[in-house]
Amino acid sequence: MLQIPLWNRLMIVLVVLAGVSFAMPNLFYDRVERHNDAVAAIEETGATTDALAADRALWPDWLPSTLVNLGLDLRGGAHLLAEVQVADVYEARMDGLWPEVRDALRDVRDQVGTIRRQDAPAGELHVRISQPEGLAAGVAAVRTLAQPVVSLTGVGSPTLEVSGTGDLIVVTLSEAERQATDDRTMQQSVEIVRRRVDEAGTREPTIQRQGQDRILIQVPGIGSAQELKDLIGTTARLTFHPVVGRTQDPEADVEARQLLLPSMDEDGVFYILEQTPVVTGDDLVDSQPAFDQQTGQPSVTFRFNPAGARDFGDYTAANVGAPFAIVLDNEVISAPVIRQAITGGSGQITGNFTVETSTELAVLLRAGALPAEMVFLEERTIGPELGADSIEAGEMAALVAFAAVLVFMVLSYGLFGVFACIALVLNVGLIFGILSVIGATLTLPGIAGIVLTIGMAVDANVLVFERIREELKTAKGPARAIELGYSRALSAIVDANLTTFIIAVILFTLGSGPVRGFSVTLGIGIITSVFTAIYVTRLLIVTWFDRRRPKTIEV
Amino acid sequence: MRLRLVPDQTSIDFFKYARLTFGASVVAMVLSLGVWLSMGLNFGIDFLGGTTIRTESAEAVDVGVYRDALAPLALGDVSITEVFDPTFGPDQNVAMIRIQAQDGAEAVTPETIAAVEAALVAVVPDITFPSVESVGPKVSGELIQTAIIAVLASLGAILVYIWLRFEWQFSVGAVVALVHDVILTIGIFSLLQIRFDLATIAALLTIIGYSINDTVVIFDRLRENLIKYKTRELRDVMNLSVNETLSRTVMTSGTTLLALLALLVLGGDVIRGFVFAIFWGVIVGTYSSVYVAKNVVLFIGVKRDWSKPDAKAGTQFSNIDA
Repeated sequence: MLQIPLWNRLMIVLVVLAGVSFAMPNLFYDRVERHNDAVAAIEETGATTDALAADRALWPDWLPSTLVNLGLDLRGGAHLLAEVQVADVYEARMDGLWPEVRDALRDVRDQVGTIRRQDAPAGELHVRISQPEGLAAGVAAVRTLAQPVVSLTGVGSPTLEVSGTGDLIVVTLSEAERQATDDRTMQQSVEIVRRRVDEAGTREPTIQRQGQDRILIQVPGIGSAQELKDLIGTTARLTFHPVVGRTQDPEADVEARQLLLPSMDEDGVFYILEQTPVVTGDDLVDSQPAFDQQTGQPSVTFRFNPAGARDFGDYTAANVGAPFAIVLDNEVISAPVIRQAITGGSGQITGNFTVETSTELAVLLRAGALPAEMVFLEERTIGPELGADSIEAGEMAALVAFAAVLVFMVLSYGLFGVFACIALVLNVGLIFGILSVIGATLTLPGIAGIVLTIGMAVDANVLVFERIREELKTAKGPARAIELGYSRALSAIVDANLTTFIIAVILFTLGSGPVRGFSVTLGIGIITSVFTAIYVTRLLIVTWFDRRRPKTIEV
Repeated sequence: MRLRLVPDQTSIDFFKYARLTFGASVVAMVLSLGVWLSMGLNFGIDFLGGTTIRTESAEAVDVGVYRDALAPLALGDVSITEVFDPTFGPDQNVAMIRIQAQDGAEAVTPETIAAVEAALVAVVPDITFPSVESVGPKVSGELIQTAIIAVLASLGAILVYIWLRFEWQFSVGAVVALVHDVILTIGIFSLLQIRFDLATIAALLTIIGYSINDTVVIFDRLRENLIKYKTRELRDVMNLSVNETLSRTVMTSGTTLLALLALLVLGGDVIRGFVFAIFWGVIVGTYSSVYVAKNVVLFIGVKRDWSKPDAKAGTQFSNIDA
């Protein structure tokens, strides 16, 4: 009657063993983490130092070494939610488009007359023509500039929308192109943020795109959100411009297509620059902190790719004796005079640097410029001590909860209670095993989720045991009662747990951060608790029953 | 000797005081709504925007000194509360400072945080800031919206699930019980002015999950008994079902509450509000599955004939014993 096929037994034992062995490294968190770090370092550098080898030896290579990630609230670190100002890019696109539009309209000059760019709202390009009757021809000419959008959804629709009223031609990006642009901007931003954070070398940062225009950045172990913002918040757009003049007047008049930018080091000094840069940071391939050989001051070296090197070489060769400005995020770092043509494609930036700022700038330049500005909507800093306290409190609470439930179960159900408790231990092991394998993050509410699961995991067992008790009353004999108990309690167990699982799924989809961590442990806990209650305790009870063959059982 | 919280055989009439228990639930719900409307909720920065700073120092916290230090900064509404917890060491004095979202700032203002920290360090030199959290008003608005959607979506999902698995009367009963639990929890949060933030929403959803779990177990037994006793009075069948599952209800609530109690006392102050909500919800949820969900089902009545149409009917040939 109480038969469980052999392969079934083997499967159950295998699953439990796998779960527990993947959970085990978490008991030796610190050792395994040092081992993992050492292995990663050895792999990356290829060199094995004594210290690394010693760390590596802390944990045998052949044992599973995956760990549960600790969330920010447990490890300490910084959390930022940034909104990328995707619309900034439209403006840059329109600026880039203007020369093309001008050329296109010049080709039909006999119909539209003279043209003039007008001030326009951000993301729009307004051109006034002197002969309104040529509007249709003008609009048609500008339309030829539009290309089909390259994206998954908007294939075929043009990139530009061109309309005209009276003597005004209005050019904007089409809706499809805006979306495609937003997508590209976000991908670039995420990539660059990731590169910058990686360059700083912290452990397991989370960098995720959220929704339309947001990026979630979580970096464990970093001192404060401000530090993180310094690293990722600056655009770090490096450009090289021809210098037109120098002035002390912040209101100085500049001609069209010229810029007035402040100097970074000299107070009250402004430079008038050509708006179109000679070369930009996009052409950089490398940048390193260094020291100026003449003065010994910290400086930053850079190297261009071949295209950048050629442009830079051509320009410097043609303008020996003239100053050019090195501009970072709309501030002039320095404006040296070109002494000779720089053809090698590399150079060095000197300015008022410290060793820290030169290192930081080199990191930023290597990682590349952000395509658009970021605004921070949410920031959280959690100190490592608070996290350690929380882990300690959580562990303590979990142990006490565990002990209390254990005693309660054994008092109520005797031997069957012991079986349920063994299942409970395995259940917690399985939860940690799964969390480790899927690389989930454990947060403080996540620990609460596990503690809650400890309380609720017993439920499935309680349902079965109570049912066995009832079946025993109708005097069917112990084996039959156990069998009926399991089969009749099943529908209640499934319904009860499925509804809770639905909630866990909703929490996961709609929640963020810690709430999500809670939903993950709750959801996994439901699956493992049903598994341990239905299969593991049953295997234990059946094995025990087969050995002893008791005439009567007391539950 | 086994521990028996509930005797083996019970035949409690759960409807004997139906007017009283159901009435009490209605009154409690009305009171909760009243408290909620009159006192409001103590929303955390997740929903209001603003900044909370947790401070820690060896020196005892003097709220007055902190307040005076921050007054010159003109930050608007600043609330300073000292935090007590049994897990703190003797020289661990913790306070929470909450600053409202600054006018006109879409995003977080790091300058404000820096100014606050500097002002506090000036009066309490050894002060540290174990956590600093800021949420801009833009995000907090969306968080409220998401929270409401999450609660409604859960209720909706359960309504549909129970309807599919049982009958529509059951799903109405279950959802009424859940709404009862949610409102009572919001009521106690309002009454005690416990901070209401994202974690509280997660707690609310957990309560929904727990309470439905409890309700479903009773419904499941009810369905079984309705098939078994086709002619008995609905009220009696319900009483029988609750009595039969009573031992399980008490055991499960007992173990869950035990685990939660450990967390409530020892889990630290950071998640205390969260754990308290679930603790309260388990009590209310257990009560509502026994006294609310069922009453609603009894009130609207339910289909009595649960037997499936006989598959063999009309095919007499298959009855031949070969």
